Amino acid sequence: MLRFIVRRLLWVVPTITLVTFLVYIAIRIGFNPVASYLRANPRASEAKVQQYKDINGLYEGPWGYVRGYFRWLWQFLQGPDAWPRSIKGRAEVWPPLRYSIFNTLRLAGIAAMVGIPVGLGIGILAARKPGSWFDSIANTTAFFAGAVPPFVSAVVLQLIFSVQLGWLPVGGVYPPGHQGFDLVLMIQHLILPVLVVVIQTVAGYSRYMRASLLDVKSSDFVRTARAKGLSERTVLFRHGVRNAMIPIVTVLALDIGALIGGLIITEKIFNYPGMGVFFINASGKGDFPQLMPYMVIIVTSILLFNLIADVTYAFLDPRIRLD
Amino acid sequence: MTDDTVPADDTLEDIDAREALNVKGLSPFQMARKRYFHHKGAAASTVIMTILLLIVVFAPLTARYGVNQQVLDISEGKNQYLSPRSIAWMGTDQIGRDLFSRLIWGVRTSLFIGVSSAILSVIIGTAVGAIAGLRGGWFDDIMMRVTDLFLAFPFIVIIIIMRAFLGAVPWITGIIGDVSSIRFIIALFAIFGWMGVARLVRGQVLALKEREFIEAARAVGASNSRIVMSHLLPNSVGPILIALTLSVIGAIVGESTLSFFGLGPQPGADAVSLGQLVELSAEGAKQGNWWMVVFPCGALVLLAVCINFIGDGMRDAVDAKMDIGG
Amino acid sequence: MMVAPLLSLKDLRVTFQTMNGQVSAVRGVDLDVAPGEMVGVVGESGSGKSVTFLGVMGLLPNSAIISGSATVDGVELVGAPNKTMRAVRGKKIAMIFQDPLSALNPVYRVGDQIVEMIQSHQHMSKSAASDRAVELLDIVGIPQPKQRSRQYPHEFSGGMRQRVMIAMAISNDPDVLIADEPTTALDVTVQAQILEVIQRIQKEMNKAVVMITHDLGVIARVADRVQVMYAGRVVERAGVDELFSHPTHPYSEGLLNSLPRVGQDRLQPIPGRPPNMLRPPDGCAFSARCEYATDVCLKGLPELAPLGPSMTACVRAAELTLGVKA
Repeated sequence: MLRFIVRRLLWVVPTITLVTFLVYIAIRIGFNPVASYLRANPRASEAKVQQYKDINGLYEGPWGYVRGYFRWLWQFLQGPDAWPRSIKGRAEVWPPLRYSIFNTLRLAGIAAMVGIPVGLGIGILAARKPGSWFDSIANTTAFFAGAVPPFVSAVVLQLIFSVQLGWLPVGGVYPPGHQGFDLVLMIQHLILPVLVVVIQTVAGYSRYMRASLLDVKSSDFVRTARAKGLSERTVLFRHGVRNAMIPIVTVLALDIGALIGGLIITEKIFNYPGMGVFFINASGKGDFPQLMPYMVIIVTSILLFNLIADVTYAFLDPRIRLD
Repeated sequence: MTDDTVPADDTLEDIDAREALNVKGLSPFQMARKRYFHHKGAAASTVIMTILLLIVVFAPLTARYGVNQQVLDISEGKNQYLSPRSIAWMGTDQIGRDLFSRLIWGVRTSLFIGVSSAILSVIIGTAVGAIAGLRGGWFDDIMMRVTDLFLAFPFIVIIIIMRAFLGAVPWITGIIGDVSSIRFIIALFAIFGWMGVARLVRGQVLALKEREFIEAARAVGASNSRIVMSHLLPNSVGPILIALTLSVIGAIVGESTLSFFGLGPQPGADAVSLGQLVELSAEGAKQGNWWMVVFPCGALVLLAVCINFIGDGMRDAVDAKMDIGG
Repeated sequence: MMVAPLLSLKDLRVTFQTMNGQVSAVRGVDLDVAPGEMVGVVGESGSGKSVTFLGVMGLLPNSAIISGSATVDGVELVGAPNKTMRAVRGKKIAMIFQDPLSALNPVYRVGDQIVEMIQSHQHMSKSAASDRAVELLDIVGIPQPKQRSRQYPHEFSGGMRQRVMIAMAISNDPDVLIADEPTTALDVTVQAQILEVIQRIQKEMNKAVVMITHDLGVIARVADRVQVMYAGRVVERAGVDELFSHPTHPYSEGLLNSLPRVGQDRLQPIPGRPPNMLRPPDGCAFSARCEYATDVCLKGLPELAPLGPSMTACVRAAELTLGVKA
């Protein structure tokens, strides 16, 4: 197992490099950093434009792209202080990026810690007695909640609770101009976005667990467990859920890996300054110095959690023994 | 129900004949259809979607106004943001256009986008998935790594980046059109939608590959392509259909999401997409024009729920374990 | 019978509620098994032989309706509350299933699964139970039992896995053992070994054993008495030697004749196929395929009646001379 992990980790490095290189190409072509810079700074002098090109390594031509990539990579690896600055206002990239990561982790983390156990729990209860009223209601509700696109639910919730009822704020992390840490205010601002994400999460995981558990329940070894005279509860958990969790844990690991990219829609609607909004703003401006670090972070996260998913699967299922 | 008692003067030939009738087998298709309609949500959704399709296909007849037509001329009175009333069943927008008609035209465009990109996705995905599953080897390995990676990324991030990328390459836009065109967005969703389908089909092919009827087909000398066409594909119809329905709704919701960020298709002066209407709902919410939110979002939700139900019904239809119980 | 039967079924019936209607899988089965004897239950797929005993153990899905009587050591199981069933399963009556690979939980070690069985019915510490598990593995003939008890099911060969299942089944010293096609999934050479293990347990531990199978060879090898089932009913009951030398039911004769023999020109299968249990025929269910059937066979369900040392459900049995055809 250890050898597998080490080998995969060794593979991760070249994979991240390759993928970020491809991303580099896509971003340079798609967002034309020079044109974006000019758009953001319409009165910049020739010299300034050239300086921007040099700092960011925006060389032309296929070989130029490769050179540019490695120049960028070299700067990136030297740490945030060496990173080129954003195109607008020459602000540093790392502080707002760090702030965005923190916010997204907070939002996504809370939503996940609430949504996933609740979702799994509902799924288990539903699969325990398929066809029961609980099952029908839970399944149907999860179905609808999952079918409704997240931004519809976000907008509707915002409409009801913030605009019409005025109970909760419309967005942001704190009211504008607020300084310092205030738990109550923070919770108030977090409730709606977290709720939107939790709805999606619960809908998804309850259906996964229900499907997986129902599948497992019909296997032979569950019948054997019952034939042993074990209580329904033991059969359900020690045999049913334990096996049903295996595919779910894989999905879970992948989901967590993708979380760091930000919950783009929710953050935009509620003006929540997380990674999603960071990306939307950066891509809207074509801000190359901001886009690349963002992409590296999510690529790394995804690949790492991919590895974690595989390892966890092998850990849970002894039939899969990685060489 | 036929009478089960056997008449005393029945001969054995009669019994044989009746026994044969008794075990009247339903074809797999008929059984699947039975299971599908047993799913109430799917049955209701099929009806709703059919009605919707009819309304939308016959848009010139069913829409009360043209896409850009105002319900009444500004000189005759205020026509902006009217709430629902007799001349405009769902109210009007900021230029006084009838929301009901625009909704019909919009759903028509978006359904077209959704179905076209879904069909393309499924064709590409089925081809790739089938080849990967059948051949295995390096093709399979690479394909799976690539699709895994793409599928793990947040969908919107990929779409936004790829939209920018594809839109900036001249020879690509030459083929699929400019960034705001409908052709472009269909191509965009097709190019990034086939991966999910490919995984599904590959999984199905892998499972079927080991089944004995494939061995039997090989044993009688069937060629690879014959095996694919006559044996594997027909048995994969279930998952493929499910993937198709999910692709349709994925594309429709995706189009709305892109429009929400201002990156959606601008179908030109003569058409409108559902996404565009939905895009306006955020403002509509803040301004308190509830109909601007309720009707477009409602239409989107209706489409999403119905198509999802249909997909769910299909899942039931291909699942043979359903028959015992209930 | 000298000794009181440990397992006693009277008029056991099992009906399934399905989407297409009610399926009568078991239509009135009687059975008595005394300690130390092995009763073989023989029949083709769909005869109801497994369903009968799954029903007795309460392991059928909720769509199954069970009626009649089934007693184990005096305890009535049909309609018994869950608490009773749990106390009985694994303790008084244990089951060995057909496919040990899918019947054992793949994620737990073999020793732990036996320990679970032990601890659910006896007060034993984990270490005492583990030791006992190792002993049991030894009893069923697994070499190096201590190391192997720490292994997972997929690390065993088919025959070894089945021995594990047997070890688990006898861990609480049940009075009755039900073996549901225990050798069907195994190689022929291994089959003999497993049967030997089961027979040894039956005789040394004086257990009442039910051997369910479709394979007459298994019956010939280990059973003391036999019940032949067809379409949910028992059609013949006889001692093993009697059955093979003087079958008293045309179906039994058909089964014996369909066994391939040296020097045969053509195989002699039983023509036709089993009836559709959604609409079970009135009268003898075998009549449609029986070469001796006459109109009298269609009048009412034939009951088991003595004929010589055997019991048969053929109304014409007395007139017929049945036996293996030369």
